[in-house]
Amino acid sequence: MLQGFLPQLLSGLWVTVQLALAAVCVGLVMGILGAAMKLSPIAPVRWIAEVYTAIFRGLPELLTVLLVYFGGTVLLTAIVGDYVEVSAFGAGVAALGITFGAYATEVFRGAIIAIPKGQIEAAHAYGMSKLLTFRRVVLPQVWRIALPGLGNLFLVLMKDTALVSVVGLEDLMREADIASRYTKEPFTFYMAAAVMYLGLTVVSMAVLHRLEKRANRGQRRAAS
Amino acid sequence: MNMETFFSVFPGLMEGAWLTVQLVGIAVLIGFAIALPVALLRVSENPLVRAGPYAYIFFFRGTPLLVQIFLVYYGLSQFEAVRDSFLWPVLREAYWCAIIAFSLNTAAYSAEILRGAIQAVPWGEVEAARAVGMSRALTYRRIILPRAFRICLPAYGNEVILMVKSSALASTITLLDLTGMARKIIAVNYQPVETFAAAGVIYLVMIFLFATFLRWLEKRLHANLSPPPGMPN
Repeated sequence: MLQGFLPQLLSGLWVTVQLALAAVCVGLVMGILGAAMKLSPIAPVRWIAEVYTAIFRGLPELLTVLLVYFGGTVLLTAIVGDYVEVSAFGAGVAALGITFGAYATEVFRGAIIAIPKGQIEAAHAYGMSKLLTFRRVVLPQVWRIALPGLGNLFLVLMKDTALVSVVGLEDLMREADIASRYTKEPFTFYMAAAVMYLGLTVVSMAVLHRLEKRANRGQRRAAS
Repeated sequence: MNMETFFSVFPGLMEGAWLTVQLVGIAVLIGFAIALPVALLRVSENPLVRAGPYAYIFFFRGTPLLVQIFLVYYGLSQFEAVRDSFLWPVLREAYWCAIIAFSLNTAAYSAEILRGAIQAVPWGEVEAARAVGMSRALTYRRIILPRAFRICLPAYGNEVILMVKSSALASTITLLDLTGMARKIIAVNYQPVETFAAAGVIYLVMIFLFATFLRWLEKRLHANLSPPPGMPN
């Protein structure tokens, strides 16, 4: 099938999956940090987060990837003092993670605000510290409220992984590229890649649906 | 960062920015023209009519835009029938391939936004239109669509902003849009950080201007919701 290129495409698919999962981990951490900063009582801390989200939600993802890949090499070389080359995978994780984090900041912020104030007051009344309140009362509920928004962001992120092929990562897109050049059948191979991306989307949607169901167990819905 | 390089690349980048504006402008217009009928079919009560638009939206929203561009630009040339057809002079051009891929992509997202808006039009208004004897077509033209446009404006505006960002992918098929121009300049000056940062600033300004225009438009279209002049808020 596919003139023997199926194994290559599948190994590319695996790289794509790894990239997406690594980037989402970075992005979630950035998102929580960003949201915590945006809700901080200290103004300069809020400004930093505002600048972060304004820039990385406004830049094209491709430009972010290129900037991190080429700029990262320049920056790290300057810091280390010796030539350091950033790997395409590392640059991809960083670029996609930063972008995901910028959008996730808004999702988390919305979720934190949505938690009833009375619960936080109750926690304070029990004598919980701010940090403990955040960890025991706020954070466990944030996950449930933020999940649908984060799920959408993840679907976007997975499609954006294809951009990292532009800087040479041997992901699904790149393998399809190589195969189509070799066989002179570009339509066949890009279509095969498209079908695999569709498969990833469908699988992710199913997983997200289950996660949402799990997160919402015990919750009563106004209407369903 | 070398500030001199940073400022010196702007004139070249502005040329690329103009191509970006063109690509996005044309793609958004064509995309909307496709999205409207697709959305109307998508809300049909007949499952057979719904299936086509559903598959189209599913494919274009479920695959990366990069794959779609490559399918149009490189993929179609695989078929001799395409190469021999009268369309070949158009499909050979990276410019038109980018516009075709962008239009089809944004149309799929816009159709879904429009569908949501059409379904969000309060049912009482549709019933009222029927009660005064409007035909189905007239109801759509006078009541449903004008209401749907207003409802979907914020979401649709976001979609256009996403399109501006996605248009950077035009640089992958040799076009010298804003990102393409930046990459070309870097091939000469070897200053990726300064040049990409300058391109980023131009993108941010473009998006900021568009977002401001959107806010103004929303305010105008929702004039009925804001307090009358002279009234305290």
